[in-house]
Amino acid sequence: MSAVPAIEHLLAARRLRPAETLPWLIALSIYVFLPQYLLLGAQIFGMVLFALSFDLLLGYAGIVTLGHAAYYGAGAYAAGLVAVSGWTEPITGLLVAGCAAGLLGAVAGAVILRTSGLALLMLGMAVTLLLGEIVNDLPGLTGGADGLQGISIAPVFGLFPFDLYGRTAFLYSLAVLFLAWVVMRQLVNAPFGRSLVGIRQNPARMQAIGVPVWRRRLVAFTLSAAMAGLAGGLSAQTNQFVSLGVLSFDLSGTVLVMLVIGGPGRLYGAFVGPAFYMIAQDSLSKDQPVFWVFWIGLLLIALVLFTRGGVLGILDVLRVRFRRGGAA
Amino acid sequence: MNALGVTTSILFDGAAYAMVLYVTAVGLSVTMGLLGIANLAHGAFAMAGGYVLVALMGRPGLPFASALLLACLAVAIASVVLERLLYVRVYRAGELDQVVLSVGLIFVATATAQFLFGALPVPVILPTALRGQISVPGWQSFPIYRVFLILCGAGVFAALWFGIERTLVGARIRAAVDNRAMAEAIGVNTRQLFTIVFALGSALAALGGALGADVIAIAPGYPLEHLVYFLIVVSVGGLGSVQGPFLAALLLGVGDTACRILAPQFGAFFVYVALFLILLVRPSGLFGRA
Repeated sequence: MSAVPAIEHLLAARRLRPAETLPWLIALSIYVFLPQYLLLGAQIFGMVLFALSFDLLLGYAGIVTLGHAAYYGAGAYAAGLVAVSGWTEPITGLLVAGCAAGLLGAVAGAVILRTSGLALLMLGMAVTLLLGEIVNDLPGLTGGADGLQGISIAPVFGLFPFDLYGRTAFLYSLAVLFLAWVVMRQLVNAPFGRSLVGIRQNPARMQAIGVPVWRRRLVAFTLSAAMAGLAGGLSAQTNQFVSLGVLSFDLSGTVLVMLVIGGPGRLYGAFVGPAFYMIAQDSLSKDQPVFWVFWIGLLLIALVLFTRGGVLGILDVLRVRFRRGGAA
Repeated sequence: MNALGVTTSILFDGAAYAMVLYVTAVGLSVTMGLLGIANLAHGAFAMAGGYVLVALMGRPGLPFASALLLACLAVAIASVVLERLLYVRVYRAGELDQVVLSVGLIFVATATAQFLFGALPVPVILPTALRGQISVPGWQSFPIYRVFLILCGAGVFAALWFGIERTLVGARIRAAVDNRAMAEAIGVNTRQLFTIVFALGSALAALGGALGADVIAIAPGYPLEHLVYFLIVVSVGGLGSVQGPFLAALLLGVGDTACRILAPQFGAFFVYVALFLILLVRPSGLFGRA
């Protein structure tokens, strides 16, 4: 391994590996073979997008925050309010959601990123809680605690209406996720993404070699917020409803849990985690929600104690062992 | 109610609430300051204190005081076991591992509580001595329970202040908070100190949870629902300090009560605005060292 120069590793990461087509092949085969799961699938894509945005922040830039729901919620309410006010075209509505969340992220990030540690954690949380209170206090505009209802979305491209079976929702979410994945993949393998990893590992050294650390982190925060806003907007459009829960502490925790289960900082953890979590939740928590919470808790503790890098990290370890075993 | 009456009840109810917050959260402040770990599951120890109290007073029929003492002791022992088994492995790990571990513990605690005691809040039956009112002639009457809470909070504060500022163990704790490596170099057994502090912090959390059960209801959602307020006390008060969280808890308790009485339609909006502004100007808290 050490004989290969580091640059080879970086360049190899940019080449498309066959396994990277797996999520998309699985998604398309679900569309064809398991049509009863289309609505669940669309929801999973939304959460994958949300987790992907969080991965840029947590996995790459190493910013630990418990307030990412603020941007998801901002996107959801932006998309919902645009639709309620009469602009029902979905794609521009989604762009509005992304821009609104990105703007909020730029402003909040400029404030939050001046701190670190506990203060950063708390300020991130405070943004979510503040937004939640504001939305709750403006029932005339946002529906308050009842959630934003009466969202109607025009057909995508004027051709594909959102149907009850979730066909359009599924493909629309998948397409948005795919585009976001292409952008994210480019981003994290570009010098920008590598410099974020460098900043996570040693900010002082990165500053010393001339990287504008603070600005890089702010850009990452803004991009991540915008992408979280897209995820929120997607959920508002496909569910045609926004609940006040999108601005909760719980959602920030859930996305963290999902990403940690999948494995942060490796792009595909954001695919594996939400899919695993939501499919398991869908099948396990119906009869026994208490046990579901219990097992997820145990899983998190076990992940921290015994592995690094979630489910994908475990697979990596197994693969290395398997190869060694084969060679011997 | 006249203006004086409103002010009195804001201050009085606020102070009682503040004392519950203080006793529950001060352990978190000290463990975070000393051990440097973000133990978000601290509220679970408080909840456990409440549940153990209820369980001991239920079928075994123990009196309130001894049940309270046993609850604190049980939670302290359980917390040492957890510290030795789990927390010790994330001391040197990053913030993320600590957050994930404590979120996992919160989930397990919540599920266990709901399995054992049901989803609804459990009532704590107060001894007759704590029920009823004290009436001050020419003024108004105050519930004895809340007067008792305020006295307990003040007592805990005084004991902690004396313990940390005036005793040898306290001096060692302060030394380890300031500079762990140097404290070790001059012969302080920080490992042992950590365990003692962790046990003490958890026992105090259990005390706060059990005593405050009438102010903050004991229910399975407790560790997550009130986590934000505990963290506000800790972050505004400053890490590793005893006085800071006391003042922060007073500010939060009185402020929150005032918001609820004077502007209920805004909920906790002003509390969050204040938190945001305070942490912006003083990221290490109002009373923390920069």
